[in-house]
Amino acid sequence: MITAAVRELSFGQAINEAIRQEMRRDPTIIVMGEDVAGGAGRAHLGLIDAWGGPLRATRGLITEFGPERILDTPIAEMGFLGAGVGAAMSGLRPIVEIMFVDLIGCCYDQIMNQAAKMHYMMGGQVDLPLVIRTAYGTRGGDNRTYGGGAGAQHSQTLYSVLAHIPGLKVVVPSTAYNAKGLTIAAIRDNGPVIVLEHKFLGSSAKGSVPEEAYTVPIGRAQIVRRGCDVTLCGIGRMTHICSEAANSLLSEGIDAEVLDVLTLSPLDEGTILESVSRTRRLVVVDEDTPTASMARDIAARVADKGFDDLDAPIKTVTAPDTPVPFAAVLEALYTPSAAQVISAVHSLFGTGA
Amino acid sequence: MLPSREKLLWMYERMTLIREFEERLKWLVETGVPVGAVHYYTGQEACAVGLCAALEATDWIASTHRGHGHCIAKGVEVHCMMAEIYGKITGSNRGKGGSMHITDVRVGMLGVNPIVGMGVTHAVGAALSAKVRKTQQVAVSFFGEGAASIGAVHEAMNLAAIWKLPVVFLCENNGYAQSTPVEYALSVPHVADRAAAYSMPGVTVDGQDVIAVWEVAATAVERARAGQGPSLIECMTYRYYGHHQGDDAHRYRTKEEEAAARGRDCIRRFREQLLEQGTVNQDALDAIDARNRKKIDEAVAFAEASPLPQPADLFTNVYVENQGERE
Repeated sequence: MITAAVRELSFGQAINEAIRQEMRRDPTIIVMGEDVAGGAGRAHLGLIDAWGGPLRATRGLITEFGPERILDTPIAEMGFLGAGVGAAMSGLRPIVEIMFVDLIGCCYDQIMNQAAKMHYMMGGQVDLPLVIRTAYGTRGGDNRTYGGGAGAQHSQTLYSVLAHIPGLKVVVPSTAYNAKGLTIAAIRDNGPVIVLEHKFLGSSAKGSVPEEAYTVPIGRAQIVRRGCDVTLCGIGRMTHICSEAANSLLSEGIDAEVLDVLTLSPLDEGTILESVSRTRRLVVVDEDTPTASMARDIAARVADKGFDDLDAPIKTVTAPDTPVPFAAVLEALYTPSAAQVISAVHSLFGTGA
Repeated sequence: MLPSREKLLWMYERMTLIREFEERLKWLVETGVPVGAVHYYTGQEACAVGLCAALEATDWIASTHRGHGHCIAKGVEVHCMMAEIYGKITGSNRGKGGSMHITDVRVGMLGVNPIVGMGVTHAVGAALSAKVRKTQQVAVSFFGEGAASIGAVHEAMNLAAIWKLPVVFLCENNGYAQSTPVEYALSVPHVADRAAAYSMPGVTVDGQDVIAVWEVAATAVERARAGQGPSLIECMTYRYYGHHQGDDAHRYRTKEEEAAARGRDCIRRFREQLLEQGTVNQDALDAIDARNRKKIDEAVAFAEASPLPQPADLFTNVYVENQGERE
């Protein structure tokens, strides 16, 4: 029996290890994006590997795999993501980084009309093994020490506009462990998968990660804390906010279950409905803006298919329908907090302020 | 240098097959067969065929909304195309794509793509794949002069140039982006002038002369295969009909202009050339024409007799299945 070594890795390091292990295994995997290595073409000056993306998730890959497989691109999201789509149709398994999800406006056609639809509209004759990695989220919320300050065009969550498109798989890891497992699952998937990585988790979420390669299955939610009074359904970083709220609620005698959605599309309705059938109450916590959002989609599905199990109305805790503000005090107000989750739970029990 | 006799006959056969396909399709549309949106390639046959004559079977092409000619030139079976346009389960895309998405990766046809300019980025991706996998394949991107104005095309050209990718950009300048004339929309006299911005050769050629297209294509393909990077070819051509089946071209161009273009018809010129040079006699060319008519008769019969998709097909192939996933 092999005893796997387990170490503490950051979220970014876990993704780095996932990509590195898969690239060693499969020579058709390439990485493309702006500054995925950084300092391209300066190897002759002894300068290489200058950046590695916002989470440093691709740092060091170029020294192992070389510039043929780790491709720094010009600032041309439409062009290089399109090249990723074409390469995925013709024998490669590209991992393309869009630095921030806010930049998908520059390449949305490649996601929405091209990658997502190729397999379907071509009658199943092509696979499209493409991974799109992108960073999202504010830095506000309960933890203000990290500072905000990226403003309305570099802090969005925006995954609802991706999950809306049939044919795309959209995953949102929340820990170093599931970041590695979901990244490997995304790389091995024969269709397009978007992995959304929270900027704040990139620097804060350290956790135990096995050394060997493993997958966390796409399309399955996970119950991360068992409870019997209410289901707190979180996405990405919001799962941590839910756990924080659950800890606090326990002290007042409310035993909350925390569910980590992990895959937005295809959504694991079964696990969510099963949890709600036991707890009979649901709060969905989502950092995205609420109109036409995942939070309301999950709420609607539970209202449709689990209404008889509910003892109280479904609550959502989300960002407001505003752009992300710049000032730290406003950004903290914008980002859903544990206090808001607790308050939503209180309203279900008719308690609290 | 001229292509071999065998290749010349193949070129004639493909050009006339495209013409026959499009003329028959137009007739079907006008008699009320519900085939959805179609964009006739009639008039531009020398561009697709001249280029594809310079390719190997394993090379890739990516196409545009006006893609039937590219498909036939690359070897997609006409009965699969016709069935697809009819929305039948036997179509190239199992009835899920239609005219604007015909694809056959088995013959290197990466897809008709009606989002203008996007096929150009996909051809660049296929060229990147060829380079990384060291397969010696070349990728060709067909695009119109209308697409020369979209950013994606320029991003793709820049990538191809800095990475020295084995790709040929083939612009079919047919004078009109839907109803917008090229002289209004283009900042330079010729699309090929823009090659200079990407440090690649750019050449403008008579797109009604299939041998002229083949010659410049052969040079560009050879350069790509030798690892010297991309080239841009601009073929001056003309579409005989409107932008799509419902478009009245006389609202934006004159009958005199159309008559002049038809006077330079690429198929008639090529036929005369073959006969003058004694490459082949009239009977042999007539026999090719007859075979093509029969092929299209059979394609239409096949499409009409084929079954429709089943309701369950609505839900197939939304996600790629991961059978045999490596764990």
